[in-house]
Amino acid sequence: MKFSVSWLKDYLKTDADLNGIIDAMILAGLEVEEVENPAEKLKEFTAAKVVKAEQHPDADKLRVCTVETKDGTKQIVCGAPNARTGMTAVYAPLGTYIPGLDFSLDKKPRKLRGVESSGMMCSATELEVGSESDGIMELSDDVEVGDPIADVLGLNDAVIDFEVTPNRPDWLGVTGIARDLAAAGLGEVNIPDVAEIKGTFPCPIEVTSDDTEACPVFMGRLIKGVKNGPSPDWMQARLKAIGINPKNMLVDVTNYVSFDRCRPLHAYDADKIQGNVTARRAKAGEKLDALDDNTYELNEDMCVIADESGPVGIGGIMGGAGTASSEETVNIFLEAAIFDTLRTARTGRATGIVSDARYRNERGIDPASCREGLDLATQLILETCGGEASDIVVGGSEPVAQDAVEFKPVDMKRLTGVDMTAKRMKEILETLGFGVDAKAKLDDEIWKINVPSYRRDVFQSADIVEELIRIEGFDALPADSLPREAGAAKQVTTPLQNRVRTARRVLAARGFLEGVSWSFMDRATATSFGGGDNDALVVDNPIANDLNYMRPTALANLAQAAQRNVDHGAEEVRLFEVGPIYLGDGPKDQRTAVTSLVKPRPSRHWAGTSEAYDAFAAKADLFAVLTALDQPGERFQIGEPVGDHWHPGRAASLRLGPKNVVGTFGQLHPAVLKKLDVEGPMVGFEIYLESLPQVKSKGGKTKQRLEKADLTPIRRDFAFLADSSVQAGEIAKAAGNADKKLITASRVFDVYEGEGMPEGKKSVAIEVTLQPRETQLKDADIEKVSKAIVAAVAKSTKAELRG
Amino acid sequence: MTATLDNLDAIETEISTAITATTNEAALEDLRVAELGKKGRVSLMMRELGKMSPEEKKVAGPALNGLKNRLNDAIAVRKEVLETEALNAQLANETQDLSLPPRPEPTGALHPVMQVFEEVASIFGDMGFAVAEGPDIEDDFHNFTALNFPEGHPAREDHDTFFMAPDADGNRKVLRTHTSPVQIRTMMSQKPPIRVIIPGRVYRKDWDATHTPMFHQVEGLVIDKTTHMGHLKQCLTDFLAAFFEVDNAETRFRPHFFPFTEPSAEMDVRCDRSGDTIKVGQGTSWLEILGSGMVHPNVLRNCGLDPDEYQGFAFGMGVDRLAMLKYGMPDLRPYFEADADWISNYGFKPWLLPTLTGGLS
Repeated sequence: MKFSVSWLKDYLKTDADLNGIIDAMILAGLEVEEVENPAEKLKEFTAAKVVKAEQHPDADKLRVCTVETKDGTKQIVCGAPNARTGMTAVYAPLGTYIPGLDFSLDKKPRKLRGVESSGMMCSATELEVGSESDGIMELSDDVEVGDPIADVLGLNDAVIDFEVTPNRPDWLGVTGIARDLAAAGLGEVNIPDVAEIKGTFPCPIEVTSDDTEACPVFMGRLIKGVKNGPSPDWMQARLKAIGINPKNMLVDVTNYVSFDRCRPLHAYDADKIQGNVTARRAKAGEKLDALDDNTYELNEDMCVIADESGPVGIGGIMGGAGTASSEETVNIFLEAAIFDTLRTARTGRATGIVSDARYRNERGIDPASCREGLDLATQLILETCGGEASDIVVGGSEPVAQDAVEFKPVDMKRLTGVDMTAKRMKEILETLGFGVDAKAKLDDEIWKINVPSYRRDVFQSADIVEELIRIEGFDALPADSLPREAGAAKQVTTPLQNRVRTARRVLAARGFLEGVSWSFMDRATATSFGGGDNDALVVDNPIANDLNYMRPTALANLAQAAQRNVDHGAEEVRLFEVGPIYLGDGPKDQRTAVTSLVKPRPSRHWAGTSEAYDAFAAKADLFAVLTALDQPGERFQIGEPVGDHWHPGRAASLRLGPKNVVGTFGQLHPAVLKKLDVEGPMVGFEIYLESLPQVKSKGGKTKQRLEKADLTPIRRDFAFLADSSVQAGEIAKAAGNADKKLITASRVFDVYEGEGMPEGKKSVAIEVTLQPRETQLKDADIEKVSKAIVAAVAKSTKAELRG
Repeated sequence: MTATLDNLDAIETEISTAITATTNEAALEDLRVAELGKKGRVSLMMRELGKMSPEEKKVAGPALNGLKNRLNDAIAVRKEVLETEALNAQLANETQDLSLPPRPEPTGALHPVMQVFEEVASIFGDMGFAVAEGPDIEDDFHNFTALNFPEGHPAREDHDTFFMAPDADGNRKVLRTHTSPVQIRTMMSQKPPIRVIIPGRVYRKDWDATHTPMFHQVEGLVIDKTTHMGHLKQCLTDFLAAFFEVDNAETRFRPHFFPFTEPSAEMDVRCDRSGDTIKVGQGTSWLEILGSGMVHPNVLRNCGLDPDEYQGFAFGMGVDRLAMLKYGMPDLRPYFEADADWISNYGFKPWLLPTLTGGLS
């Protein structure tokens, strides 16, 4: 909302300067966005008198003028045809920036065809105050030399633009702003009552509202015999200042009242209206050629104003072209109505029309303002255009005052902590236009407060509290820190939050960079990364077509990011992200995935190039995370990778039981990467933190007692012949489980397949560590456990001890 | 025999010279065996002692023993010298050019937004706030209606909402436009007193120099029977001083409108914008930093709480911008690009765990 300070001062008596007004607005909740003072760019320009204007000796089109200026008498060479002796003109001294030409005058006098010129006389275009260009500006003779041009032109008037929050449509009128600023202590509000204009004849057009939900009240009156023409200068200046181009009185007056009172009006050419006027719902198939030269298809949800020929306007949004007033209009029908806000907003969205009327009507207009608006506009029209006004006709019903709001005075202290006297409360409320019983006391349980019709946002006690503290100022709030619980601060994070924190720190410590990537991706990409098949995860109005699906994994995003990094010259890229993935649209379908992705690039090194980051490196990083989360990697089974985006042979899932997949690691499928337009190989992992079992703490924080064996452990090697398809890890695991008490470790140290091995077989060698506890192991003991190991491995994997 | 004894000095001189002349430990050992070994010259001489008279023995015994001890000592000394020489010779061959680089190890870093989440959580954690979380895909009720945004309310328009595809009944879920739905979920599932902060991803359909379609928020919610707006103001002022790690964060509260709070306020912080970066806690400018207010009675009612019994405040702030203000990132867009240089430059070392007592950053 834009308004000029001079306009505000019509209704607010104040000594405050511009900064004082701005500060008061900010502290009352009117968030100032921009302040523009046209006087700023005109401050160098002053009035001057041309004492003598003579023909230039060497140039037909130039005149040599002797000019009396604030800087003394100057000789100025001027090319304007209207420069003449005795005129009052606009003088720009040397060095002045000329806004309309976007350059500054030389600082020293300059010769034009041999005659020296010290300064310039300017046109309206050069000052950017008008568009006439047939010469320099001519000021009225009573203007004195040295008068600032901004003052002479009445432009020394700052324009303030501020944000109107949706709850305060009354700020969309200058009177509403004045009222709040007065309450905020800036001065005294003085909004003169609009005089009632009695009609001299009955209105020949009847009005009705067919749907009083959509249009509770519709008022109008005819003004006959008007002579349309330009609106008065003051009105034009005001509209121009806030960026509205004046057209003619009938159009300007509706704009003026709209901004002055937040009271949109519409002026129809009464001679173009056929019969009576009704506010009703549109019929399917109806159309309207609107004032903006577009044709709109109407539907039954919309409220229209119609005459007997059909719609002549979309209620509260825009009038029709066919009945619009024009320069030639003689008889006008003036409309002021109230429209349902939600319907207006829906219609506005459906038609896409953006108008000042829509903006006001969808926020809500003072329902009691119709009559006042009509009278104010009528008065202004009669003054400027003459004519004769009819009675006001009313369709629907004039609104009754809304119910009084029950305010509990105790709520002020309860909700704000501020002690405020009843006197101060009443003072604030009354300046804002609320009605309070003069006898109300602080210890009354309830005050019944009458809410002014222009306040559409006050319904309950808390709303009154807001008015009181807003006007009193938030500086009045006590500075009370939140009371602390006795004792030291307690842990507030959940186990999942701690897992996130740990996983992130482990990966960063292992050389990974943490990324944050979009939660949405291309549905096609989601489909190649194991998702994409759930319509509920489609974003209906995506910001971009390739961000239209909630991601099933962050792998694709990280792969693309890794490629971008490589394209920008990065060497090996190691990225991770801990964030959401979406299995469905229900509140429990979101998972927290820890996702890593490496684009390997072994760096050359003087001691030999290191091995490339591969699936085993990913497994090491994954197990480091799991270990940090108290989830020893050995507890998981290794299974087939889940999803076609993994390399079928160089990736594996991590499972707890056949159903619960807690993650997958390894190399990504080359074909999927190609589709994503990234260069493989890429290696990574993904684990779902919610799928990991809870770590149960046994009896508080005490650690398990260390059983440190005094006796030296014994290591024994076993070589097994197994089918190629057998997981070597399973052999080691089975061996380890053969005697859980005695065996403390079991690991694979060699795998051999190929020459010398039977077809389809491989050799797996494991080292088993036996830890004797109380007595040394005898040969018989070792023999016994060895047999158990061989048996356990055979049972689990069918592998046999190699002879 | 005396002749032998008479020769002892000469023998000692001879052997000593030989010891000194040895050049390696093996030669020294050979010499030791030849002279002092079981069949060595000195040992054989000592064997003669048995054949001597007691008087002779008295003279020859100590002489021979003395000789043997002196030679053993000399050998030990020589041995140490030779060992040292050998080690020195070995070390002289073991030089490395240590100007060469070790095997490269990547350096990781944490994303600044995630770090700032932790900073915020540690400050509010100290004030007794737990961390609550909720889903990104929300229904209309939790994201709007329960928060006192009635159907068709113009404030809904300001949210630039992403909608999910409609289900069979035509209902559309939304990507949450703020983390406030978690306030609703918390109030509906937990009895007051409540103190929670809610960090998370939020989504609005807006993408330009200062907006990204996904960004991060932290909201806070306090519900009990006594917390008022003065607490709100001081709690947030306390937070800002702690977050920006300044002694004094001067704040300014301005009235504003949010459907879910009443009264509502925006908070500005005093800052200096004269230089390249914004300095909080000094200067003459004000910078808007968050929105807040007392929880609207309608919201309390929607969650089954009686607004005459329960009250409290809520606030919300953009974490990406907060991180920007504290750490000086000039632009929001790279936050979501996983650019290695950007993360390395603006990110955090993994061992920097923000705590109030150990330092936030």
